[in-house]
Amino acid sequence: MTLVHYLVLSGILFSIGAVTVLVRRNALVAFMGVELMLNAANLMLVTFARMHGDLHGQVIAFFVMVVAAAEVVIGLAIIVSIHRTRGSASLDDANLLKN
Amino acid sequence: MTEQLVLSTGEAVLFWVLAPLMVLGALALLFARRPVHIAVSIAGVMVALAVLYIALEAPFLGVAQVVVYTGAVMMLFLFVIMLVGVDSTESLTETLAGQRWIAIVGGLGLVALTIAIVTRATFASPVGLEAANADTNPVGVARLIFGDYVFPFELTAALLITAALGALVLSHRRRLGPKRGQRETVEKKLATFAESGSATAVVSAPGPGVYARTNSADMPALAASGETLDASVTTVLRVRGQVLRDEEAAAQTGRVAMIASGAPVFDTTDEAQLEDETSEIEATATESEGAEGAEGADPAGSDHADRDDAGDSSPETDEGDER
Amino acid sequence: MQDTPLTNLAWLLIAIPLASAAVLLVGGRRTNAWGHWLGVVAAAAAALLGIGILIEMLGLPEAERIHDLHLFSWIPAGDLSVDAGLLVDPLSMTFVLLITFVGALIHVYSVAYMEHDENRRRFFAYLNLFVAAMLVLVLADSYALLFVGWEGVGLASYLLIGFWNQRTEYAVAAKKAFVMNRVGDMGMLIAMMLMFASIGAVDFETVFAAAEGTNEGILTATGLMLVLAACGKSAQFPLQAWLGDAMAGPTPVSALIHAATMVTAGVYLIVRSAPVFEGAPTAQLVAAIIGAITLLFGAIVGCAKDDIKKTLAASTMSQIGYMVLAAGLGPIGYAFAIFHLVTHGFFKAGMFLGAGSVMHGMGDEVNMRRFGALRRSMQITWITFGAGWLAILGIPPFSGFWSKDKIIEAAFVGEGWQPWVFGPIALLGAGITAFYMSRLFFMTFHGKARWKESEDSANESDKDLPVQHPHESPLLMTVPMIVLAVGSVALGGLLAIGDTFTHWLEPVTGHVEHHDPVIAIPVLIGATIAIVLAGAFIAWRQYAASAVPVTPPEGSVLTRAARVDLYQDAVNEAVFATPGARVTEVLTEADTTVVDGAARGLGSGAVGLGTWWGRLQTGFVRSYASIMVVGVVLAVVVVLATRV
Repeated sequence: MTLVHYLVLSGILFSIGAVTVLVRRNALVAFMGVELMLNAANLMLVTFARMHGDLHGQVIAFFVMVVAAAEVVIGLAIIVSIHRTRGSASLDDANLLKN
Repeated sequence: MTEQLVLSTGEAVLFWVLAPLMVLGALALLFARRPVHIAVSIAGVMVALAVLYIALEAPFLGVAQVVVYTGAVMMLFLFVIMLVGVDSTESLTETLAGQRWIAIVGGLGLVALTIAIVTRATFASPVGLEAANADTNPVGVARLIFGDYVFPFELTAALLITAALGALVLSHRRRLGPKRGQRETVEKKLATFAESGSATAVVSAPGPGVYARTNSADMPALAASGETLDASVTTVLRVRGQVLRDEEAAAQTGRVAMIASGAPVFDTTDEAQLEDETSEIEATATESEGAEGAEGADPAGSDHADRDDAGDSSPETDEGDER
Repeated sequence: MQDTPLTNLAWLLIAIPLASAAVLLVGGRRTNAWGHWLGVVAAAAAALLGIGILIEMLGLPEAERIHDLHLFSWIPAGDLSVDAGLLVDPLSMTFVLLITFVGALIHVYSVAYMEHDENRRRFFAYLNLFVAAMLVLVLADSYALLFVGWEGVGLASYLLIGFWNQRTEYAVAAKKAFVMNRVGDMGMLIAMMLMFASIGAVDFETVFAAAEGTNEGILTATGLMLVLAACGKSAQFPLQAWLGDAMAGPTPVSALIHAATMVTAGVYLIVRSAPVFEGAPTAQLVAAIIGAITLLFGAIVGCAKDDIKKTLAASTMSQIGYMVLAAGLGPIGYAFAIFHLVTHGFFKAGMFLGAGSVMHGMGDEVNMRRFGALRRSMQITWITFGAGWLAILGIPPFSGFWSKDKIIEAAFVGEGWQPWVFGPIALLGAGITAFYMSRLFFMTFHGKARWKESEDSANESDKDLPVQHPHESPLLMTVPMIVLAVGSVALGGLLAIGDTFTHWLEPVTGHVEHHDPVIAIPVLIGATIAIVLAGAFIAWRQYAASAVPVTPPEGSVLTRAARVDLYQDAVNEAVFATPGARVTEVLTEADTTVVDGAARGLGSGAVGLGTWWGRLQTGFVRSYASIMVVGVVLAVVVVLATRV
């Protein structure tokens, strides 16, 4: 058991989050995948902070949390307003940008 | 500073218990059909992460993780899921050609690469945060945040305000008609009354009955003449047929009427119980009296007071009109 | 320096007709009722002002007769700074008077001639425009401004030749004149570029002052280009083909533009550029040779034409050949070139107006073989035309004698082979001129009528002849003809006796010592008159004394060639038009296949690439995300692979 195990766990969680964004059509679920990716990154930051005996990693993780909180607010507001106007929370329905 | 960090067996056990659970919880993202299940399992993952943070000598972040992610973010997710439709299950059939294969290859590639990198990299021997956390971890983190990072920290404040405003703007609905205040509402009600002559147009529906034996919402209120008023029970209960039966209500109202008149009621109940009941009833009586009588003296919410206002003033106007 | 109020108003000479043209063109149909009179008044006002300036100038000592009026800074472009200014001197005043006086007469004539044309107002607008442009041309004090007038008269000429553009052949004639003039204009432009490159200026003063010290090669090139320009405008060989077709325009136009004024602009250009030609004897020689060729060319063509206006056009070409020849002879010829130009302007304009009068009386018939014996029914026309005829023949004391005879004399002046070539050609030309002009005169006014007054003719032989009711033209037409006829009779003698005109031009052309021709002058005069009389007699015998066949006889090879203008169109067609068309076809083909092909290939290639690339733009966020993920994986793999 070493700190590398935490890093491996972080990698696995990150990959699961990434694949979620790729395969899930529901915007909310994909968004949760994004959150998981952010948390995996946080785990890695905290692990490295411990590895190097330096609290900067933790501070950065803290900022990531703050930014993630803001991002969630905006992201969910967007999802809600899209759902309100289009009646759907599917990512595939919002494909007007290709035109 | 090169003292060797040795991870305790307890931490190893903790990790090996939590890590598989976290992976399983995360996999719900890929395989669960209902968003609610996913959100709950992700909340679990967040909590487990918080535990791992604490194990990683970051108790402040662990607590923040619980507060921010589990407490705020995931709850927000749950709210939105409920807003969007809690029952919606999602089909997992892929509609984009090749998307699933790309996802599998990309995901496996990511896993393989990250694992390969972290396992093959040579790290300096771990130091641990013993020294850095000498004045406890929150103090160490605070020194950095309010020292080196004070400017970015201020910026995050701006970011959060912006996000709040952004959410307001995004969820804002434009008002389509003119705003209806109290005055407009009253005038409209009176206009309807003048047209239809029905008193229910002006009098707001009475609240459900609150009596000695029952104060549940399925108890209809009583009119002055003694009969029950169905309109006082919420529509949902009425549609479901869950309104209290008439005879039951009548029985209780009879008793309530007696109690209200001051007559002693001695039933099969024992002394202590009676004592309790009496005080309860008295309390109820004063409450209802207060509600009927004095304006503004009502200890309940203003919403309630508003309703009473309407109920009080309208009959007077009504009478004036008839005269 | 004396005060010269009228000279300072010289800009009004241009402004008045220009304003009138603008009013007539902008005013449109509303000016139909009085538009023609406005045109006449504008031309007459310019003529009066011109006369005023002339009188003022005559009151000045010779040295002060050159005025350069600065109007405004026109092209201030880096090294090239051109000011718009007017050069008022004896030479330009001679032209101003010719243009405005003859122009005014022709305006008056046109009022009656164009009476039944619904577009008369537009016609006068164009005439005024022409007068303004021609005055710009002669008054300009720089080649650049001269070029403005040069193009302006070209435009007016184009508009007036094609005035009846509802007839395709007239429109084609206008186009032909326009295109051939462009060839000359290129010469003008190149000449200006050469001047700017070598001297750094295009105004007369600087150029002429610098001409002496400039390399002869450059001067020769400039001179040759100016000669090319003159050839284009004055219908000289080899750019002569347009003038015959230009007769498509109304007859007053032919009289004013294609006889009296515009076509002489080339002569003006050569005389004005005298200092350039002084330094370029080769260019002078080329001008003289071209003049000699055109002189004979026009004369030969004139002998064979049956169309009265085309005969006159050929004659014009030939007479301008005389002028160019004189201008090419150098200082001894300049004054005579201009002199002949002036007299020619009068008598040729008079004859054109006479021809117009004949056509007016004969139902727009132009074929001389349908005329004959018109002197009885058109007496004024007959007399005025006769004055012009005698003038062009060079019978003393008519105008032409004084000017043409001087040119013939000047052609005999010189050393080496030149007098022995140019002299006889000029002499021969005079004889041929006498023949074809007499032919024209006799065929039109004398001999037996080749038309009949009425259908019920007793004579069996003239039953195929057309019915005509020839009558004299109205006063508005005859008065200008009479005035011009008076000029044809008297102007030459008036100006020539005592060398008045030569002296008058001396401030510009310089004083020239008298040179003796290689043959004694009395002999020359005698020979000229003899040969002219011989030509006229042959014409009389053939066309007045004997019957003229209504259908043209087959004629000799030369006649047939002359009838088609000595194959000028065929030559142009074969040498320039057809190969040019071939080259254009090849270039067009190359353009479509190579240039357009490359452009289209580039376009379709880009479209194909874009279409292929656009397939990636599905609009699905998940597709984009998968591209990102795969990209990240690949990038990391590459980084790792290269690092190991």
